[in-house]
Amino acid sequence: MAMKPQRKKRAIGIILSVLGVASAIALVFVALGDNLNYFYTPSQIQAGEAPIDRSIKVGGLVVPGTVKRGANQLDVEFTIRDKEHSLRVEFSDVLPDLFKEGQGIVATGTLAEDGRFVASSVLAKHDENYMPPEVARALSEGGHPTKSPKEENN
Amino acid sequence: MAWTWFFRLGSPKWFYQMSLKWQPWLWFFAGSGLGIGLIWGLWIAPPDYYQGELQRIMYIHVPAAYLSMFVYVVMAVSGAIGIIWRMKMAYTVSMSCSPIGAAFTFLALITGSLWGKPTWGTYWVFDARLTAELVLLFLYFGHMALFNAISDLKSADKAAAILAIVGVVNIPIIHFSVEWWNSLHQPASLSKLEKPSIDSSMLWPLLIMIVSFKVFFVAVLLPFIRNHILWRDRDAQWVKQEVESK
Repeated sequence: MAMKPQRKKRAIGIILSVLGVASAIALVFVALGDNLNYFYTPSQIQAGEAPIDRSIKVGGLVVPGTVKRGANQLDVEFTIRDKEHSLRVEFSDVLPDLFKEGQGIVATGTLAEDGRFVASSVLAKHDENYMPPEVARALSEGGHPTKSPKEENN
Repeated sequence: MAWTWFFRLGSPKWFYQMSLKWQPWLWFFAGSGLGIGLIWGLWIAPPDYYQGELQRIMYIHVPAAYLSMFVYVVMAVSGAIGIIWRMKMAYTVSMSCSPIGAAFTFLALITGSLWGKPTWGTYWVFDARLTAELVLLFLYFGHMALFNAISDLKSADKAAAILAIVGVVNIPIIHFSVEWWNSLHQPASLSKLEKPSIDSSMLWPLLIMIVSFKVFFVAVLLPFIRNHILWRDRDAQWVKQEVESK
């Protein structure tokens, strides 16, 4: 359908303004870079991208078998990892309900010189997989590991 | 000739009368769809292996979040049609979208927050996904406020439409925020290109809920449009007759 010249002009104006705003925002995102990430990964910390002694967030999967409870009831230590690297996290407060080995978490705290991470809060990060308990059981029996289900589930 | 329906849609009087005929059907399909979807999702579908019963909030949250973006695109596209073709009905549709879209956005934020507390351990964080969705709520508020702040109707239509069109940039940001950046919010479970990472026993009620939310949106949109038509054409003869006959 041929557009009348004036309508065509207005349509081009709209497209150009959307492109203009989109590129302005894209530039802002490029300028902000990693600051838009909600947390650092263990690999980024290994590469020295995270500041020392400043409040930051780290995220990763809790490595099974690394959760150690301290003498104090609330003291807990565990290791999180991403694909390449891992990080030891110390925490002494109430963990979220869905905190489990194999679970993704995001911890807020400070990174010490010696590479330990002392967390002041721990949030559980849920993944995008949804399935009924029977399917999860069948998957793990078939040799595909899933996270251990919550005990109180039926 | 194929375009005559498009221009008939542009007649407020025709649209007003036709939409009254469509209305009961829309309520019927929206109501039965939401009923089936809710019963299936909240009672029949299995609980999640990990989250348990808590996962059922997804049957409200995901459709509300999806509609919050869908309504925005409808609002922006009809705003663009209004500007390009100088079509009053398109502006009317655009202005009728914003309160409904704001309601869906609010519902998505509230249900997400209620889910986040037991799942993540917090009601709210400023990660990319949550912040972009909050910006969407403010865009809807801005759209309504801008239209109401300008007394000249033509300028108000145009200004609100430009805001809607420019703000559409936020929609891909919301969608891709979980892929572009590390966020607390999980990545998408539904994707048309890949196999969804959600079991089919939960996928079906979710899809029914999404479709029903869409029908519900249209059912709610039409009364908003009719109100706007009556207000906009309040000096027209047919509106006076219509109001007097009630």
